[in-house]
Amino acid sequence: MATSMDIKYGVSATFNSAKDIYEAAGQVREEGYKNWECYTPIPVHGLDAQMGVGRSKVPCFTLLGGVTGFFTGMLIVWFMNAYDYPLIVGGKPYFSPIYPFPVFYELTILFAAFGTLFGMFFLNRLPQHNHAVFEHPNFGKTGDDKFMIVIEIEDPKFDEVETPSFLKSLGGKSITTIRETID
Amino acid sequence: MASDTKSDSSVDRPAILDKVDPAPWHEPPLVLNKRSFNWVTEKICGIVEGKTPTWWWWCFITSMIIASFTGMGLVYLVSTGVGVWGNNNPVNWGWAIVNFVFWIGIGHAGTLISAILCLLKQKWRTSINRGSEAMTVFAVMCAGIFPLFHVGRVWFAWWLFPLPNANAIWPQFRSPLEWDVFAVSTYFTVSILFWYMGMIPDLAVLRDRAKETWRKYFYGVLAMGWRNANNHWRNFEMAYLLLAGLSTPLVLSVHTIVSFDFAVANLPGWHTTIFPPYFVAGAIFSGFGMVLTLLLPLRAVFGLHDLITQTHIDNMCKITLATGSMVGYAYSMEFFIAWYGANSYEGFAFINRAFGNYWWSYWIMVSCNVICPQLFWFKKIRENTPLVWIISIFVNVGMWFERFVIANTTLSRDFLPSSWGYYSPTVVDIFTFFGTFGFFSVLFLLFLRFLPLMPLAEVKSVMPQANPHGGKHS
Repeated sequence: MATSMDIKYGVSATFNSAKDIYEAAGQVREEGYKNWECYTPIPVHGLDAQMGVGRSKVPCFTLLGGVTGFFTGMLIVWFMNAYDYPLIVGGKPYFSPIYPFPVFYELTILFAAFGTLFGMFFLNRLPQHNHAVFEHPNFGKTGDDKFMIVIEIEDPKFDEVETPSFLKSLGGKSITTIRETID
Repeated sequence: MASDTKSDSSVDRPAILDKVDPAPWHEPPLVLNKRSFNWVTEKICGIVEGKTPTWWWWCFITSMIIASFTGMGLVYLVSTGVGVWGNNNPVNWGWAIVNFVFWIGIGHAGTLISAILCLLKQKWRTSINRGSEAMTVFAVMCAGIFPLFHVGRVWFAWWLFPLPNANAIWPQFRSPLEWDVFAVSTYFTVSILFWYMGMIPDLAVLRDRAKETWRKYFYGVLAMGWRNANNHWRNFEMAYLLLAGLSTPLVLSVHTIVSFDFAVANLPGWHTTIFPPYFVAGAIFSGFGMVLTLLLPLRAVFGLHDLITQTHIDNMCKITLATGSMVGYAYSMEFFIAWYGANSYEGFAFINRAFGNYWWSYWIMVSCNVICPQLFWFKKIRENTPLVWIISIFVNVGMWFERFVIANTTLSRDFLPSSWGYYSPTVVDIFTFFGTFGFFSVLFLLFLRFLPLMPLAEVKSVMPQANPHGGKHS
């Protein structure tokens, strides 16, 4: 324990409503901060635009999964029923894109769903069970009814004095410095 | 929202528009009594965090005992052979297919609520979707038991999947039964993914509130380190929307493919093109029946009247009414086509359905599925919660009989009268099916005890405070 280190992560300010954080977020962006994040109990409608972040990239993973699924389905049906062990059933062709369509269809959806979930995990860098914001004494309230803005110390514009007072001027309450303890 | 009507942005705006007074659009609140976010958190988390209620233990023990009937039935079947079921020649499918389709159908309402209503922006779905999705997952588990054990030697059931086996033979993909393997396993997997993904933010809330160490680990591991960040929400919402978009064609395809099990066969009464839409409507009908059966008691026990309001019950009743009417329409259309098609076998199959050896099951089906839900036209009845609950039970019963009618009337009256037979279930059939209700209840009770019953963020999102443009503070 004697070797443990305290590292400053950032400064947080708490807001009481979706409206307050929505307005505050716009001003933080205009001020020119880059490394900052909002923590909210609900996905606040329009907050992405206020923060100046773009559209999520999850659909790329979904598409990738879907296409993979479709061709995997084709491949297994062709390989199993037409190539490796051709079997005549009901006078139907060994392989056709028509009769096993339900198989392609289901595998498209299955792989696309996995693509979506894992794409979301990947883009959100989850699972990640340790993070500095968990050290905030009232972090749990952001899942309940409090809204929080955290500006990281990494931010080029971050200033020991300026940043906390800026957050305060936006109407942020209980300005807190988040520290991360590293053993 | 109302302020938009006064915008002066449009240039070519006809003058008359300023004189028009828009009719007030009354949208009932989805959370009553102006509750706060914190109230919702406390209410939902309280169910999981509070002391286990005595009634829960009684229900759990009873359900375990009932579930053991399935256990006994299956142990006896595996140790003796599939002949212990009442299946015979010509009725080779018997209760197994009936129970399978029944349980799969129940699952469909969960996906409808979580996926289709999400795409249609039906905000009222938020407080009922988690419970319904749980119902879906557990119902599919119950459904899976029947085809799995119907194969006879259950230890070879994995041959259904395209895996290499010692005989070097692969499954053949021209069979609707093989399509069903893919449809049902995909449905099960995607339902679990959707259910789990929607739960991650709530699991994080439970993690952050946890006091006991086991809770911290249990919810901590499941929550994957979710931290309510806007970046997380952004990807989460997109993923949620996409999963809803994927589940919609999925849920429609699953019961379509289940109906192919029948419709692709060349048997009178089965070989009809109406089967896919008719099965999907029936599935949603039965599923809503089950959602009402489950949620109405929960609403009373946990005091969720502010979250599952009369509006929710009304909407569910109306969907039940609509799908029940569609099912009724399909029943009559089947008769019409049997007559209009002028095929004597088809004609016989339908006369036999209503007036033949299983006439009683046909009329149970019609009274439960077609007549009963028509009561939901009346507001008085929709507002009478105990009565709604009773009708929902009738819906469940009726939909089981529908599958019984379809499977058995056709099979028992073959093309040749010399091969006609009659099917009766054995006690093993009855035990196995009865037990699945216990199995389902055990899983559902565990869900109530350990997982959040409602999606906190989604319920909060439909409250006025969630509106970033001047929502009322409470």
